[in-house]
Amino acid sequence: MAKVTIEGKTVEVENGTTVIRAAAQAGVEIPHFCWHPGLSVAGNCRMCLVEIEKMPKLAIACATQVADGMVVHVNSEKAVEARKAVLEFILINHPLDCPICDEAGECNLQDYTYSHGPGHSALEEAKNKKPKRVPLGPNVVYDAERCIMCSRCIRFMDEIAKEPTLTFVERGDRVYIDTFPGKELNNPYSMNVIDICPVGALTNRDYRFKARVWETSSTEGICTGCSRGCNTNIWVRNNEILRLTPRLNSEVNNYWICDNGRLNSFGHVNSEKRLNTPLVRKDGALQEVGWDEALSSAADALKPFSKDEVAVIGSPYSSVEDNYILQKFAKQVLGTTNIDFLQHSVDGDEDTFLIRADKTPNAYGAREVGVSSSKGTDVKKIFELIGSGKIKALYVMDDDIVTSKETEELLAKLDVLIVNHWVESKTTQLADIVFPSATFAEKYGTYVNFLGRVQLSRPAVSTLEQERVPGRFNMSRLDNFGSAFDKWNKGQRRNVRSSWEIISAVANLLGGKIRFQSAQKVFDEVAQTNPSFKGLSYAKIGAKGAPLSKGPVGKKSKEETLV
Amino acid sequence: MGNNGDENRKREMNLWEKLYFPEILHGMGITLRAFFRPKFTRQYPEERWVPPPVFRGRPVLVVEDETGVERCVACGLCARVCPSLAIQVQAAETELDKERYPELFEINMLRCIFCGFCEEVCPEEAIIMSKDYELNFSDPKDAIYGKDRLLTPASHLSDRLAFLKQYR
Repeated sequence: MAKVTIEGKTVEVENGTTVIRAAAQAGVEIPHFCWHPGLSVAGNCRMCLVEIEKMPKLAIACATQVADGMVVHVNSEKAVEARKAVLEFILINHPLDCPICDEAGECNLQDYTYSHGPGHSALEEAKNKKPKRVPLGPNVVYDAERCIMCSRCIRFMDEIAKEPTLTFVERGDRVYIDTFPGKELNNPYSMNVIDICPVGALTNRDYRFKARVWETSSTEGICTGCSRGCNTNIWVRNNEILRLTPRLNSEVNNYWICDNGRLNSFGHVNSEKRLNTPLVRKDGALQEVGWDEALSSAADALKPFSKDEVAVIGSPYSSVEDNYILQKFAKQVLGTTNIDFLQHSVDGDEDTFLIRADKTPNAYGAREVGVSSSKGTDVKKIFELIGSGKIKALYVMDDDIVTSKETEELLAKLDVLIVNHWVESKTTQLADIVFPSATFAEKYGTYVNFLGRVQLSRPAVSTLEQERVPGRFNMSRLDNFGSAFDKWNKGQRRNVRSSWEIISAVANLLGGKIRFQSAQKVFDEVAQTNPSFKGLSYAKIGAKGAPLSKGPVGKKSKEETLV
Repeated sequence: MGNNGDENRKREMNLWEKLYFPEILHGMGITLRAFFRPKFTRQYPEERWVPPPVFRGRPVLVVEDETGVERCVACGLCARVCPSLAIQVQAAETELDKERYPELFEINMLRCIFCGFCEEVCPEEAIIMSKDYELNFSDPKDAIYGKDRLLTPASHLSDRLAFLKQYR
């Protein structure tokens, strides 16, 4: 252990720690461009110059290791002057196009120029011309003029994505980044280079020019693209999700997220095929009805069947709360053990880094709360019994179970098919009663990833029932100062409810007693009754999740304070 | 309460004033003199005022005469600085060198307070204050000006553009 004094604050850190990490532990921020806590040290931007006593020259904090008794001055006159000069140097060829740059508002160079910059340029020469709008791959566009050659993206591709694709070409002030000949940046993790780019050199083709950063608010969410459950920030404007970015969680995804999760895991929330009102089949066609009518017709439809004639299918896409209420409904109200959920594994589509073959966020959680065939009938058997006419009524929650022509024919044999789903699907087309349900981005809900980590997702999009909850400091300017009558607050609020609400309403009409005021109350009961969830609560799960009591206990990481 | 006047401001009238008629004649004399002075009244609808370049009328978007392309790059700074949140901008990508253009640009003229901050913050001198002060609507929806009503050729705005040049 080494005792280091940084800006008058003394901290004890492990030997071999770099000064920039020790400073972060002491709560001192050292500006940096090329250093990233998830990547190796390059030391080429020179932005983190600090003054260390007894050293002849200024040293870069990212590559200098601490020694016992070291005294570091971050804001001494010498260090401040040096950083000012470094910034002026970086800005020599950086274009003044912040107004059209997507990074503006979340740009390290912009922030540091305000806080540490000289405020003027001594140069009168024209800035360099370099390639602009170069598509490096299907999702990433590169602007060489904006690039400050920090090499973060190159190191990311080498070290994290393990597919060296990017490199510097030319040299001096003509240097820029390009792909190796014949290669393109199409790695499944390629879009992380956009997040780690400290300037706007690498931009997201999907999000390009869609919105300014200060117009969007961010909510802490969970990616539902696979059973990894990467932590995300959900960026919303006008009640519409515009993009997902990864959120640091060293237990799950570190700083990273895969491109598929980033681009495709929220499509159904904004989908045009979104269901917006309950539907009931009358005269052979699904017709829009109110909630009360749909709920009572669901209860009436289920009433005549005995416990062996009904089955329920839960969903690995839905939260722990939804699945818990569903199994409670099946066991206490319907009295059936015909309960299971459909697996959605894509064999082969996985890797050793983040992407999992199981494409659902909560298979572990669904099984854990009792939506499983362990004591009852599994999906295969349920389908067989439907085929033989023994099961006549089926309740499907938040899933499209029509995977083949055969299942489609099977479901047509049912007397009653009730479906909760967020979008129109083949299953809802066959259904007698359809309830529009809330997606992960519209409700409170917990998801258990494949490691047994319980993670909480918060509503990022408002529905008629549920207000969204952007984090306290993540509100956009429009949220803070706009009024309810503003045009940009007129985004559609859908008439959907969480599945657990729908199912408990149906259960209560059938004489059950499933009464909860909120998803949090449901989770509290899960925590009380289920030993795996013992001791957990929304407060304890917080932003970073918590392991199931029987799940693997994660190690405490020191990286959490760094960004 | 009930005291309508300030007691301190009450003044005793002198004899001349108390006589009443001389003061009436004095007042009529003032009126009579005004008959022969130059007139200031403008016969408004027929006779219109053309404001000087310093005047801040409703904001407009400048269109280059040669290319017919608006200068705006949809950076959103005007929307950001607007104290009354009157401006809404949606950017989109264009093949032109400027990379982005406003797909949608709307100013709610009922909200606009003609402060000119948008003009001041604009990095492209694309939104400037015009001389148009005659705004009237019969429906609040008509007050939301889209690109169709905002785009104005630069040649129509030469006064203001020349005025702004002095302060660049």
